[in-house]
Amino acid sequence: MSDHNHIKLPEGSIGKTTTTLNLGPTHPATHGVFQNILELDGERIVKAEATVGYIHRAFEKIAERRPLYQITTLTDRLNYCSSPINNMGWHLTVEKMLGIKTPKRVDYLRVIVMELARITDHLICTSIVGVDAGAFTGFLYVMQYRELVYEIYEEICGARLTTNMGRVGGFERNFSAAAWEKLERFLKEYPKAQKELEALLVRNRIFYERTRGTGAISAERALNYGFTGPNLRATGVDYDVRVHEPYSSYEDFEFQIPVGTTGDNHDRFIVRTEEIWQSLSIIEQAYRKIQSFKGAEAEVYHADVPEYYLPAKEDVYTKMEALIWHFKIVMGETDIPPAEVYQAVEGGNGELGYYLISDGGRSPYRLHFRRPCFIYYQAYEEIVKGSMLSDAVITMSSLNLIAGEMDA
Amino acid sequence: MFLTRYFSEIAEAVGSLLKGMRMTGYYFTHHKEIITQQYPDNRATLVLPERFRGEVVMTHTENNEHRCTGCTACELACPNGTIKVVTKFEVNAEGKKKKAVDKFVYLLELCTMCNLCIEACPTDAIRMAQTFEHSVYDRSQLTRILNKPDSKLQEGVE
Repeated sequence: MSDHNHIKLPEGSIGKTTTTLNLGPTHPATHGVFQNILELDGERIVKAEATVGYIHRAFEKIAERRPLYQITTLTDRLNYCSSPINNMGWHLTVEKMLGIKTPKRVDYLRVIVMELARITDHLICTSIVGVDAGAFTGFLYVMQYRELVYEIYEEICGARLTTNMGRVGGFERNFSAAAWEKLERFLKEYPKAQKELEALLVRNRIFYERTRGTGAISAERALNYGFTGPNLRATGVDYDVRVHEPYSSYEDFEFQIPVGTTGDNHDRFIVRTEEIWQSLSIIEQAYRKIQSFKGAEAEVYHADVPEYYLPAKEDVYTKMEALIWHFKIVMGETDIPPAEVYQAVEGGNGELGYYLISDGGRSPYRLHFRRPCFIYYQAYEEIVKGSMLSDAVITMSSLNLIAGEMDA
Repeated sequence: MFLTRYFSEIAEAVGSLLKGMRMTGYYFTHHKEIITQQYPDNRATLVLPERFRGEVVMTHTENNEHRCTGCTACELACPNGTIKVVTKFEVNAEGKKKKAVDKFVYLLELCTMCNLCIEACPTDAIRMAQTFEHSVYDRSQLTRILNKPDSKLQEGVE
């Protein structure tokens, strides 16, 4: 028998004592399309290899060929759990580049929408941590209110998940009466559901034991990786873009930044639950501020920038300038001034940044999304090394790794 | 002694059963507060939000007239190439050649319902419909021609 008929095993595979496990790319525990190649010794993780790129859609490259207003549809699909924040962040970036000043009411409307999105994002994250620890009920308690928030989006813009909400300069329409009504209902009824979720998980012995001390990262390591958002705050660093570089009139609001101490799964969970309460208080403040506007100011929903904001349909049909602006905007013929801007917003997960370079053309020369999830996933390897497989799954959900944001 | 315990246990069991069934009983008497929707049985009464973006449709009057001038603003505004406006030249009563829409092709399978085409239309010819049941057995059925056959441009729109 010749030599080549024998099956050749990879070198060192016979003496190997560890198991290789592919967690992902499609696995119920990963909550998205990304892969971890884990080296297991029993149930303990010896080595983890994080793989990204399964849902890469080349958004940054596509954006180079699009007029600015069409890029909003791409930002929807970054962190799809809180797409309005992405939309507003993009509008803020363009406004910063074009030098547009938005009225206060627009800012407050944006704050309401962004905080609602933050609540839904944190809701998903906190309740999914519960699900991964084996407590499915809490997830169902709060999903009803996530649905209510999605209905509010529906009333504002017409879509639920990929919202494409607002435009450069404001919103395309004013909020409808039904949207305000549903928002009031949300503010009234939601705290009860949130308390129920907290009663289930916070100070629950099983949940506490499962999350305490697992998936921990030190503040120094987190800063070195470039962590932001709740995951950094859980380590004890009080960095929040809303406070350190206020955008959209966040300086008008009173709120606290919850911080943790150890940066483990439990702290991340607690920081997110507390942030939901803070977001609720911000929405209430913004709602009161909006109600205090009187007269013509109470109907403002966009900045007065005819060069960049689509005119009303009646004006297009009757006024010469409006018609010209309308077609110029739609055809993407408005030249962008050559500039380089970076605008960051506090996304559901952390600092969501837009780095936009224009060379004076009609579409961006280069656009980069600073996606927090991508950064968290780089640290995943280090965080889970030495922990149990079941803890690695909780770590994944408590870091709130969302595949759409990981690969732009 | 034995009997009292026996009956108190029965009372306790009934009490805990009622406690457990409290929400069920509540919803039994409060029909309007039930969250679960009996879709698809409630199709007739289903109310979608006014601004819901289901699919692009072209509005037609009773005289089979639409408002589309064939300016292709929607085609330019669409990020995905969902809309193709095929135009033709029509000779009007004065003998002048005029551009008009021949076929307004809408590819539903590519559409992301982003509303940009509706915003771009200067004459309000297209709108978003509140339909959402788009599944079909054959993909070719998703390619739709939105202007109805023999429809004309509405008087006064140009």
